[in-house]
Amino acid sequence: MGARAPRRRPGGDPALTPETVQDQPAAGPVAGDTSPSPAAGGALAPPGVASAVSPQSQAILFPTREQYHDVMAAYRDGGFALLADLTAVDYLTHHGRTLPDTVAPERFELAVVLLSISRSERVRLRVQVPETDPVLASVWDLYRGAEAMEREVFDMFGVVFEGHPDLTRILMPEDWEGHPLRKDYGVGRVPVQFKEAPGPR
Amino acid sequence: MSARQRAATTSTPAERPGAPRGAGPGGEGHDTGGEALVAETFEGSQELHPRADTSPDELAREVGSVLRLPEGHVVDASDLDVERPDDETMIINMGPQHPSTHGVLRLMMELDGETVLRTKPIIGYLHTGMEKTGEELTFQQGATNVTRMDYLSPLNNELVFSLATEQLLGIELPPRAVWIRMLLSELQRVSSHLMWLATNGMDVGSTTMMIFGFRERELVLAFFEKTTGVRMNHNFIRPGGTAADLPDGWEDDVEVILDNVTGRLFDYDELLTGQPIFRERMEGVGSLSADEALALSATGPILRSTGIAWDLRRAQPYLAYDQVDFDVIIGTYGDNFDRYAIRLNEIRESVRILRQVLEKMPRGDYRVQDKKVTPPPRARIDESMEALIHHFKIFTEGYKVPEGEVYVAVESPRGELGCYLVSDGSSKPYRLHIRAPSFVNLQSLPVMMHGGLVADAVATISSVDPVMGEVDR
Repeated sequence: MGARAPRRRPGGDPALTPETVQDQPAAGPVAGDTSPSPAAGGALAPPGVASAVSPQSQAILFPTREQYHDVMAAYRDGGFALLADLTAVDYLTHHGRTLPDTVAPERFELAVVLLSISRSERVRLRVQVPETDPVLASVWDLYRGAEAMEREVFDMFGVVFEGHPDLTRILMPEDWEGHPLRKDYGVGRVPVQFKEAPGPR
Repeated sequence: MSARQRAATTSTPAERPGAPRGAGPGGEGHDTGGEALVAETFEGSQELHPRADTSPDELAREVGSVLRLPEGHVVDASDLDVERPDDETMIINMGPQHPSTHGVLRLMMELDGETVLRTKPIIGYLHTGMEKTGEELTFQQGATNVTRMDYLSPLNNELVFSLATEQLLGIELPPRAVWIRMLLSELQRVSSHLMWLATNGMDVGSTTMMIFGFRERELVLAFFEKTTGVRMNHNFIRPGGTAADLPDGWEDDVEVILDNVTGRLFDYDELLTGQPIFRERMEGVGSLSADEALALSATGPILRSTGIAWDLRRAQPYLAYDQVDFDVIIGTYGDNFDRYAIRLNEIRESVRILRQVLEKMPRGDYRVQDKKVTPPPRARIDESMEALIHHFKIFTEGYKVPEGEVYVAVESPRGELGCYLVSDGSSKPYRLHIRAPSFVNLQSLPVMMHGGLVADAVATISSVDPVMGEVDR
């Protein structure tokens, strides 16, 4: 019936522990996480991608919307096997943010954190997404873990990810109107309505 | 318009005699057509659609095609053995108020007999917009908000928020504040894992374990109450240090907790670890490979159970974790038993860290003496008008945090707990995003459950250790 054969442990040894690692993180040989080049994070980016180091010394890349998917693919192949975080910011009312000169600010910004286990290194991506056409390529085909995160961004900001298998609301009710984390969505603006709740008496 | 609405209106030809019914007592649904039962419940359309309405991509996920395949090996979704007529499987709903789903988690499962094929976690039942609320509270008040997310390890939430704020402020903490935070964070890990052992025991039918786990957790919570004033939602770790110093005699209290917990861990070993029935239920169940775990962004005990030694305390040390000795516990098989053994042994490692903290706890101030962030001491307020104004200003307006954005992560008992904080230079965060480990880890549940029995589902859900407050935020 397609049931996966349970993986049995050798012997019935009741000794508990899994092995412990004495030192250093360097993860064992993990397929997909073996990077050919121990280059610094920024070196993996295709040419033409703006990059910067934040005052907190975090490496940040600023790919354009069009470059975004390719950059992510390059990083995945370069050893950044884990997509740690993917979220967005609505910069509607914050005009003074720091960006490299070559990057034109847009209303929405996608903030991504990639993690390389083998090199114990993080790199962050900030992608500008215009208000008029908030569409972006999904990275679900590269990182399956992006599924819930992209759905959350869609739910909260209304940014559409092309190629996502199931882009539906994840936290809000499915018939909810508006995207709550947008800055023009007022707190307490709408009375909370639940499906089939009895109306006000 | 959406796939969801489409499914509600598409007719599914097959009649499904055993199909479940969303509403009303069972029994009378047997002769109704499958369409009405599967496509529509009283809640609206179903979240998991019949096979006929599901895209091949989505179906392919059922057989673990989450693996990142090398170029040229890309599997054609139509080649996969996921062809099953709709009338041989059945879609059932579990939760959101099922006692074993650890809160309001709802699962839609497609079953073939008793074998689970597809699972879709449906979340959002506890969504209260805490990230939005965070934008309305000052940095000073922020910790009260984030502490309510992961209610089983609130101190870690406060910790990650405080670390992020401090990075933006660019302030350095006095050593005692750092070590107090480490003490509390490790005690929290002990209490959280004890709670997990308790609920996991309950889920596989060991009521004794539940009582044991809660009993020991109570010791830790009593210490928290003595230190912070409350058992949960402490708001104790704040940007700039902690709210207060440790109470007198805290060394003895911690000593008692450590001795008690250490001794009783052996009871757990006796009760569960070597017990054939327990092992039979846990071994080989819900297994996940290292590749799958990485692809699904799983962190914490789930990632470590697959054999990857990734622990932020070791790999990217924060606080003073680089000054204490401890081991990173990893598993081999990525199954429920590994996750159990990892959590059990992480308690031992935490105890080890705590003993070193007891030894090395430095003297000094428990918060940074930076006038900008720290309110003046109570005694000064009676004497000095300036101090009074300063105090008033901090508590009404809060302090301003320089413009910038930062991502900080710590190892919570559930995995990587991240905080993405954007400041526009005012006293409130412009954007506060919490990377909740439970939220991301839930994605690996369908892969763990596929091919297993529905009877093991509860044990597998438990081994993911989701905290719904954190999932939905």
